[in-house]
Parts: sequence; structure tokens; C-alpha cells
Amino acid sequence: MRGIISYGAYLPHRRLDRSTIAAVAGTGGGKGTRTVASYDEDTTTLGVEAARRALRATSARPGALWFSTVTPAYVDKTNATTVHAALLLPGDVIAADFGGAVRSGIAAARSALAGGPAALVVTADIRTGLPGSADEEAGGDAGAALLIGDETDGPVIAELLGSGTATDEFLDRWRTPGDDRSKQWEEKFGENKYVALGQAALRDALKDAGIEADRVDALIVAGTHGRANKAVAKKSGIDGAKVVDDRSGTLGNPGAAQAGLVLAATLDAAAPGQVIVLLSLADGADALVFKTTEAIASFTPDSPVADQAAAGAPVPYGKFLAWRGHLSPEPPRRPEPARPSASAAGRSEDWKFGFVGAKDRSSGAIHLPPARVSMEGGAIDDMDPIPMADVQGTVATYTIDKLVYSPSPPVVFAIVDFDGGGRAPIELTDVDPKAVAIGDRIEMTFRKLFTADGIHNYFWKGRPVPGSAPASDSADEKEA
Amino acid sequence: MASHGIKDRVAIVAMGCTPFREHWDKGVDDLALEAGNEAFAAAGITKDDVDAYWLGTAQSGMSGITLSRALQLQDKPVTRVENYCASGSEALRQACYAVASGAYDVAMAVGVEKVKDSGYQGLNAFPIPNDGTTRTLTAAGSFSMVAPAYAEKYGVPMDQLKRTLARIASKNHFNGARNPRAQFRREMSVDQICAMPNVAGDLSVFDCAGVADGSASAIVVRAEDAYRYTDKPIFVKALSFIAGNGSGLVDPGYDYTWFPEIAACAADAYAQAGITDPVSRIAMAEVHDCFTPTELVLMEDLGFSERGMAWKDIESGRFDLNGELPVNPDGGLKSFGHPVGASGLRMMFEAYLQLRREAPEDRTISSISGDRNLALTHNLGGYPGEMVSFVSILGADKD
Repeated sequence: MRGIISYGAYLPHRRLDRSTIAAVAGTGGGKGTRTVASYDEDTTTLGVEAARRALRATSARPGALWFSTVTPAYVDKTNATTVHAALLLPGDVIAADFGGAVRSGIAAARSALAGGPAALVVTADIRTGLPGSADEEAGGDAGAALLIGDETDGPVIAELLGSGTATDEFLDRWRTPGDDRSKQWEEKFGENKYVALGQAALRDALKDAGIEADRVDALIVAGTHGRANKAVAKKSGIDGAKVVDDRSGTLGNPGAAQAGLVLAATLDAAAPGQVIVLLSLADGADALVFKTTEAIASFTPDSPVADQAAAGAPVPYGKFLAWRGHLSPEPPRRPEPARPSASAAGRSEDWKFGFVGAKDRSSGAIHLPPARVSMEGGAIDDMDPIPMADVQGTVATYTIDKLVYSPSPPVVFAIVDFDGGGRAPIELTDVDPKAVAIGDRIEMTFRKLFTADGIHNYFWKGRPVPGSAPASDSADEKEA
Repeated sequence: MASHGIKDRVAIVAMGCTPFREHWDKGVDDLALEAGNEAFAAAGITKDDVDAYWLGTAQSGMSGITLSRALQLQDKPVTRVENYCASGSEALRQACYAVASGAYDVAMAVGVEKVKDSGYQGLNAFPIPNDGTTRTLTAAGSFSMVAPAYAEKYGVPMDQLKRTLARIASKNHFNGARNPRAQFRREMSVDQICAMPNVAGDLSVFDCAGVADGSASAIVVRAEDAYRYTDKPIFVKALSFIAGNGSGLVDPGYDYTWFPEIAACAADAYAQAGITDPVSRIAMAEVHDCFTPTELVLMEDLGFSERGMAWKDIESGRFDLNGELPVNPDGGLKSFGHPVGASGLRMMFEAYLQLRREAPEDRTISSISGDRNLALTHNLGGYPGEMVSFVSILGADKD
């Protein structure tokens, strides 16, 4: 039996109210909201957060990591290795990118489902378009991760019963590398193509699974062509009540991560024995037929999608534009940071990417960053590594620094004391500067501090533990 | 092992100090030359009469050549030292020990900083290649974290503490207004300062040291030779220096309401000077008021106030110019300005003026009497949790 062993989804904290777009852009907008990755997030960090959730929910571990996004933080250099490092996976676990197109997300999942070692399929996307465009309002930012393997790798919660695919070369949407927008051919051309392809893939998958359409409990249609998604669902032969709400009205469509995100939301609420069909429309069509097992009854997702969807805080449209590079506000008049040293970062890989400290075997003192000489007792080279990324902490004191360089001032900074020992001075994110107080509860999140000379400086920041902070929050703008 | 000190073995016989300003028309060479010449003239000697030089600068030049080229020193040992914002004090410490050791008869310390050529406001550290995980915060941001921690620990309402911090700044502006060499010479009321917008935590720009260019210098000789150069030598009673191990950043035991490096440094300095009750002996102090919360907790770390009580002593006027223990009578970093490498020697310069009764009349302190006849200077570098500390004790008389 091969299928899904665990999964995790990550929605960034910020939401853009689409009704705020037209007043600035002069066009576009609409109803509802979309998810917005913060200025310190990129597709790699979104992927890390989703993957952390997937691995927290299971003791199974992958033998391969496939990372897929349309908008990679790097090209030429692999992004999956960063995810691999943040997850503290061993060196004999391969990590590679599937990238460049929305279809690469479902392709990575299909590759994992085809066999081989347990594979962690991580998808993430940050969707943008020009101000006022349809892509801007329809898009969303998210990460989703699926741990796929055999029963011998861990309890399978959703078994793959069958699959179908249809590939075709046609032009619906496209983007030249380096462009900050996609373009689309006349919508009806793509719709026409996708309806036929989707029906073919779905038919083949149900046949492969030996399942009739009326036996399907949930149909997920993912794809960037919203009209095609609806049309395919309508013609699928599956009861309209079984078609899953893709939540694009409030979350937007996170491209390569959409299939995983909506599947995660569906699995969050699934009981054993349910048939879930995932149909992806992207440069062809891919259909996967899953059936949930008894194991899903004892599976507890880490951060269900509904909980994350209900959380979050608004971001003003102007700040959204600035974060996506479509507006260039005056930066702080401070020197920009120097690029991090590759060799120094290489020496401290587990600290920088994994937030692993060192614990003195004799005194128990926890050192963040790791040290060779203990601050208590003076023992030398007598420490064990101690992973701290999943340990929560408390704010001992804090400040709001409006002078220091930041890609999105001000910097909210805190001295955080971790449960069970250890302290680190760290930047806070996804936080209302006015609401920070001594005693606030903090969890760690993997972020990009800044980019210098094209090098993304990844490290960990703290953020309020969900549910522990005051609800009032509107993306720093109040502070001005 | 012990910290013996060199009490009364070395004396400062002459000093110089430039005005601290945004010296757009002067470079490092000009500033060092000006401060150096003032001291040479005061001692009645030339540069050739000095046997060895120490230069304190944080980042305005590399090596002793920065000074030897500026002053055109021929065949002299010139050493550049750097210890963050305590670089000027470090230069004096090295010069004093060199004379005390007998290696040289006459030594000179020069501190200088040219900070206004960077094109940015404030101070900007020289980046050393690193893994990108070190914290990114201004010095103001780092020191501002002391305020909420102090308020929380001692139950002082933040509104009250904010006024106390403003009172520190207001006092230093009052003193600086009476100092022709100071950068800012305008009195500022507590209400005016409280009305300023915050830039880091609860601090406004008026809680921060002035950023200025400048230089200061001192000539030191053996105590027994001092009266050959001046009628009013200033004897060095103690020179203490401690570099912290940075544990405050990683040890949850540190609560950000005090600076352990400074408490340890002060204890060592008092021991070197043979002082058991600082309040009965110290008549004035120049302290490192880089930010107002720093001066607040320094009053406790230096033993002037009980823990948790400094804010009340500040409010009572105890540290005012006409108070029981004047602190920063020259205006401090706040008002005099903070050319990093020069500041430690600038503090000495004020102690030198006050102990010699040479301060301008409207700035002359009245606290020096009987056994309360010593001055303390305190100079730090770094950040809460990770700092270096220097404390000196000076007096006009040998014990």
C-alpha cells in the first residue's frame, strides 16, 4: 500500500482585502481576501514551514525531499537543500527541485507515489501579478507538504487507488524567466482545452482505481484557470455537493501549492474509508484517487488548515505592493547589510538553518548559538546538540527599532527565554509592534532576514504563538 | 593572582580636548593634531619628549601609523588600541601601565574618532564576515531593552520611567549648555524631551548620545616626576577593565536591569583605590550615558544608588550639577557628543578640569570637600549582555 503518511499546510499570517485594491490601482480587486507572504518569506521558507508541520505530525521520516515551486528563491542553486537543512534531514536523503511551472507540484507528488523511498513532497508558491490584475487578486501564497510512502515507512492515512494523466502542448498562461507577471491567452481557449483533458484524466484514474463516480466522497479540482476548474467539476459526473470548496475566495490560489493545500484541508476533516479525488489542471491534467484508511482516525494534523485560515491579520495594499517589489518606499538611511559568508554559514549549518544549539553535558546550560566552551563551569567540547526550532519561549524584554536597516521597518526585537533553558536575542515577525509585551509566548519560524548580493540570508525569527497574542493587528502600519 | 593596580604611581600632567562637533572641515589627522598640541603646550614639552604613544580609535584608522603620520612622530612606538567605545580609556590604561612599569618616562594617550564621514546618521559598525545569524539591531535598540525590563522588575510605571530618563537627558543638556566644547549647548526640559517621537523602544533621539567628531589626549608620567610638568597633577588611583563573555545574550539568568561587567569592574576599581564606601569618597563621576537607560542603571552598578532606587535618586536631583554627587558635569555623551575613540579621554578631561578647579565657573561643582575628593570615570563598549567596561578613579592628591 502506497499513499500519504502525513501532510502539513502553511498559510502566511497576512491577508489582503481585495476591495482595497481598486482605490490604489484604479482597477481590479473584488470581494474576499487572499493570503500574502510576508516580506521575510519566500517560497523556500513557506515550504519549510509546511514541511515542519508534516513531520511534526508523524514519526516517519523521508528518504527523499522533492521541492516544487513556480517562483524559486534561487535558480542554478537548489532550493530543496535549504528545506533539507531546516528540517535537519540526514545527508543521505536526496533533496532536489521540481520547478518552474504549476504542474511541477503535482508531478513531484506523482513521482513520489510511483515508488521508491518515502518522499517528502514540498510545494510552495507566491503568486503575484501587476497591480490591479486578475492574477494579483486571484493568487495566494502558501506551502503544502505531503509525506508519501509505503506502509513499511509509516501508517498510510490515504492510500492511492489509481491515477490518470493527460498531457498536451498548448498556451494558456506563460511567463518568461525574470518577469514579475504571467500572461494569459484568451480564457476560453484554455477552458476548452482543460475541460477535455480533465475529463480524460479523471476517467482514466477512476478506471485505474476501479471506482465509479458516484462512490467519490470528495472531488478537489486545482488549477490556475478558475473557469476551467468549475467547468470540469460540473462535467465530472460527480455530485456537485462532493466538490470541495478550494477556499480561493478567502485564501486565493497558491499555484503549485494549491493541490496540496486543498488536499490537506480535505484530509483534516476526513473519516476512514472516504474516496478523495484530486484533479490538477496544469498544462494537461493529473488525477489521483485516494481512499482514507483506518489510520487517519488516529492521525492528528499539526495546525489544521481551517485554524490557520481563521487566524491571520490584514496587510494594507500599499505594504503588499512594497513587499512584492511593485512599490519602492524610501528605505531607512542606514547601510545595507553585508552578504553572509558562505564558509561561515557552512560551518554553522545546523544553527543557521536548523536552530540547533548546544547543551553542556555537565552544567546543562544551553548555548544559542552552539559554543565549544561552556559559559558555566568552563567545560570544553563537552556538549550535545539540542534542536530548539520546535521549543517555545517567553519574551524577557524587547524593543521596536525604527533606526536599523530592515526590508520592512520597524524591526521588532526580543530577548526570548526558551522553555527548559536557553536564551536568544531574536527578531520577531508577524507581530503587531504595539501589542508586544514582556511575557509574550513565542514560537520559532524559518525566515529570510534579507538578501544581499543575491544571497538570501535565511535564519529563524520568533512569532507570537497562535492564540496567545492580542487579536488587534494590522501589519505595522498603525505604528507610523 | 590579583588585580593590584598602580595607585598613585602615575599622574596625568596635561590634557587636550577638541570641541566635539560635526567637524565637516576636519579629518582624523586634524583632530588628533589639535588635541595633541593642546596637551604638549600644557605640559610644556614637544612631541619628541614623549617616549611612547597609544592611540584609541574604534574605526577611524588602522595601526599606530594613523597617529604617527598625523603628528609626524619619528622613531616612536605608537600602538593603536580598540575596545569598542572604551578605546580612548584603553589607550590611557596602556600608557599608564607602560610608565608604571618603568619602560618609559613619558607616555601619551590620544583618542580620536571621525564618525561624520560615513554619510549616515548614528554610528555604523565595520562589518566582519559572518554567518548572517548575528542580531541586527542598532545600539539604541539594544540599550532600549533595559527600560521595560527595569520598569517591570522594580514596578516603576513606564510613564514615570520615561520622565526619569528624560530627566537624565535634561540634566546632561543643562550641564552641556555650560560647556563651550560640548556639541549640544541648549537646555532641554523634561516635557520637551518627553514630547519627542520614539525611535527605538521608548527612546527618542534625545535619549541617545550625540554623534560627533573629536579627539582628546593625555600625557602621563611617573608620580614622582609629575610636579616637573605641572603644579596640579592628577594622580591615577585605579584603572579597571573587564571584557564580558557575552553570556547575557544566551543566559536566561541575566535580566537586563544591570550590567554585571560594570559592577565587577567598579568593584575592582574601588579595591585598587582602597575605597570601601564609594559614596563617601567619590565627589563626581563621568559615566557612559550612551543612552539614558544606561546612565540609570550605571548609578546602581557603580554603587551610587541601591538596586531599584536610582530612578528616585535621579528624580531627587542627587546627580545634578549642584547635587550631592554630580554625574556628567560636562554634559556627558548626551550633550558633549560621542566620538567613540575620544570619549574615554574626554571623561578624564572633565575630571582633570574639576579636580584642578579649572572648570568654567558656571559648571564648577561644589561637592569636592574633605575625603570626598575623588573623581570616577566610567566608559563602556558593546551592548547589554555583551559589553566591555572601564572604570578609573582619579584624585588631585596622593594618599
